[in-house]
Amino acid sequence: MGGTDPDLPDGVHLTAVDDLFAWGKEHSLFYLLFATACCGIELMQTGGPRYDVDRLGMIPRATPRQADLMIIAGTITHKMASRVRTLWEQMTEPRWVVSMGACANSGGPFSKASYSVLNGVDKVIPVDVYIPGCPPRPEALIDGVMVLRERVRRYRTLGLRDRDPQVIAGADDDFGTHPGKA
Amino acid sequence: MSGERMILNMGPHHPATHGVLRLEVETDGEVVAAVRPDIGYLHRSIEKIGERVEWAQFVPYTDRVDYVCAMNANHAYVLAVEALLAHDPATRLAIPRRAEAIRVLVAELNRISSHLIAVGAMAMDIGAYTPFLHAIAQREAVNDLFERLCGQRLTYNYMTVGGVAFDLHAGAEEQIAAFLGELEREMVRFNRLVTANAIFRERCAGVAVVGAAEAVAWGLSGPNLRGSGVAMDLRRDAPYGIYGELDVQVPVGEAYAGARGRVGDCYDRYVVRLLEILESVRLIRAVLGLLPPPAAKADDPVGGFQADATKALRAPPAGEVRVRTEAPRGEMAYILVSTGGRQPWRVRVRTGSFTACAMLGHLLPGVFLADVVAIIGSLDIVLPEVDR
Amino acid sequence: MDADALLAAVQRTVPEAVAVAAGPGRYLLVPAAAVDGLMLRLRDETELAFASLMDLTGWDLLGMPGAEPGIAVGWWLESPRHRHQVAIRVHLPREAPAVASVAALWPVAGWWEREVYDLLGVHFSGHPDLRRLLLPEDWEGHPLRKDYAYPVAYRGVAHARDGQRFAAPPAAKPKPGGA
Repeated sequence: MGGTDPDLPDGVHLTAVDDLFAWGKEHSLFYLLFATACCGIELMQTGGPRYDVDRLGMIPRATPRQADLMIIAGTITHKMASRVRTLWEQMTEPRWVVSMGACANSGGPFSKASYSVLNGVDKVIPVDVYIPGCPPRPEALIDGVMVLRERVRRYRTLGLRDRDPQVIAGADDDFGTHPGKA
Repeated sequence: MSGERMILNMGPHHPATHGVLRLEVETDGEVVAAVRPDIGYLHRSIEKIGERVEWAQFVPYTDRVDYVCAMNANHAYVLAVEALLAHDPATRLAIPRRAEAIRVLVAELNRISSHLIAVGAMAMDIGAYTPFLHAIAQREAVNDLFERLCGQRLTYNYMTVGGVAFDLHAGAEEQIAAFLGELEREMVRFNRLVTANAIFRERCAGVAVVGAAEAVAWGLSGPNLRGSGVAMDLRRDAPYGIYGELDVQVPVGEAYAGARGRVGDCYDRYVVRLLEILESVRLIRAVLGLLPPPAAKADDPVGGFQADATKALRAPPAGEVRVRTEAPRGEMAYILVSTGGRQPWRVRVRTGSFTACAMLGHLLPGVFLADVVAIIGSLDIVLPEVDR
Repeated sequence: MDADALLAAVQRTVPEAVAVAAGPGRYLLVPAAAVDGLMLRLRDETELAFASLMDLTGWDLLGMPGAEPGIAVGWWLESPRHRHQVAIRVHLPREAPAVASVAALWPVAGWWEREVYDLLGVHFSGHPDLRRLLLPEDWEGHPLRKDYAYPVAYRGVAHARDGQRFAAPPAAKPKPGGA
């Protein structure tokens, strides 16, 4: 948000309208309760008492009309693809999409061997953040959401907007001292 | 009632259909007149994949046949492959006793966590969100145990043909015992919160009654069949693994809801699941009592955890086998057809959710629209089992 | 009743059945034309009483060593009263395979027959509503056939991971002066 002028009374801030909107959006990402497969269970547990995404202002919505964020949690089949597209179209702008897990990213374990699985949900809707994992841990999902919040903060409601390149959550991390690393 | 009929589309995106089930509901006022279920939105061609991968490579896919109880799904498949290998003395595996005990141990733990999701989600579908959080909190404890055991929270890929992938981690037995004590205390709280709740009971009492003969004709199995008063449990009636040494008690539906309750209603199916959680607690304690101490060698016939199946799986006997197991959602049976090659000719999995879901078109007409989600919740339908 | 006595009893009821051993498994091979009548006998004969159909599926025999090309369809029956099971099998031609429906005897068969029709293309005569169960209505081919070719695209969406991306239409340029 904008700066605070010491001459102004307490509680009064000066800011650009766009910054105010972005601040509000970033802290109230309502997500569509959309789960198709295994990742859906991890999504449920992320909303559960231990990981508690409510504290990030994320509240599940049953209808796409009230949702800002669609988390694709699970495998999307060819039969499901047009429904996913319809749900995404029903969301109001600005809308964001997080692709959770290998299936939604690329088809995952089903990509080559299966005849009925869509090889990546980005064939039917644009994706902002990809989260690897099969399924990703709740921490990975929260990390992906934090990456997305950067994008939400940069989003200009009134000004001109550019389309940002897609992000892969955790791609730049060195995974610390994982035993698999030499 | 005879008003104008309205077609209501439920799903495939609906928070209370437990996945991507679509129901085309024809309503007459508040009453359901007809239902046409539409499935296949999660058809991932798992059975075809079985024909394209090698025997051992299919184990991770069994996790995804039912991810709510992946251990039980693993168990069914590896038992089927072992039954095939046992036909020929040259490929027969000596499964270590400790591995068999660990399998039953983790399968029962997973049954607990699966039933927790089932009862929690059913309460949530009926409109009570808090019980679901209580159930999830206990499920997290099981996930922690499994994560220490095999590094995964959901899709474990833990059992292998010949045993299990890793031995129990240090301190696992104490952790499990501590968890069971906490779970028993939590179930008392859960019962006070939900099971004894008058609103919950009235919502479920006498709703969607499935008679014993009807349940048998529809091929229902597991808690849904037992909820209808049929005492049938493969762990007791056709024991596999070390279940034969355990004293498995089989709870059945007894019109638990009181005056308005009937045998085989939603409340009975719910209560049977709760009783099975307590039964699993008892079984796990019994398994911990007879678990042989670990041996130095992995394939030790008593204290080992894995017999090497690499050679046997290169040339298994030809033929076919059908192995039935008792998964949390009913009979999970694998049919394997082998031609003696490195890959199966056909892998077929029969699941409990499929028959329960097939029954919806028969069970739902005549109930109130608001009861539809309660009935789906009480049947504990998980869609990957239906669609595969 | 042990397994041999059961097979003998079933064969008394169903004389046209041939017992076949396939590795650890055993099944009764029957002519496809006989299915219509024998299933009712299996269900209602008091000493058999197969009240439950526990599974119904099939597979393609094309290229299977030691088998004629064809489609195998099997029924796995169980008697909750006597606690015994039996497997019934037919072999059908790959061209226009057809067999009688048992949906009137065991209602759950309705869905399994739709599944076998969907994945293998077997026609169940007498089925009240034989449609695809798992795949969409306009899907081409029957995937569990051994000569099934994987789809290139479904409804304009390519099947392979080919880098095809959906891009959202650019948002309208905001009017000067804001919303």
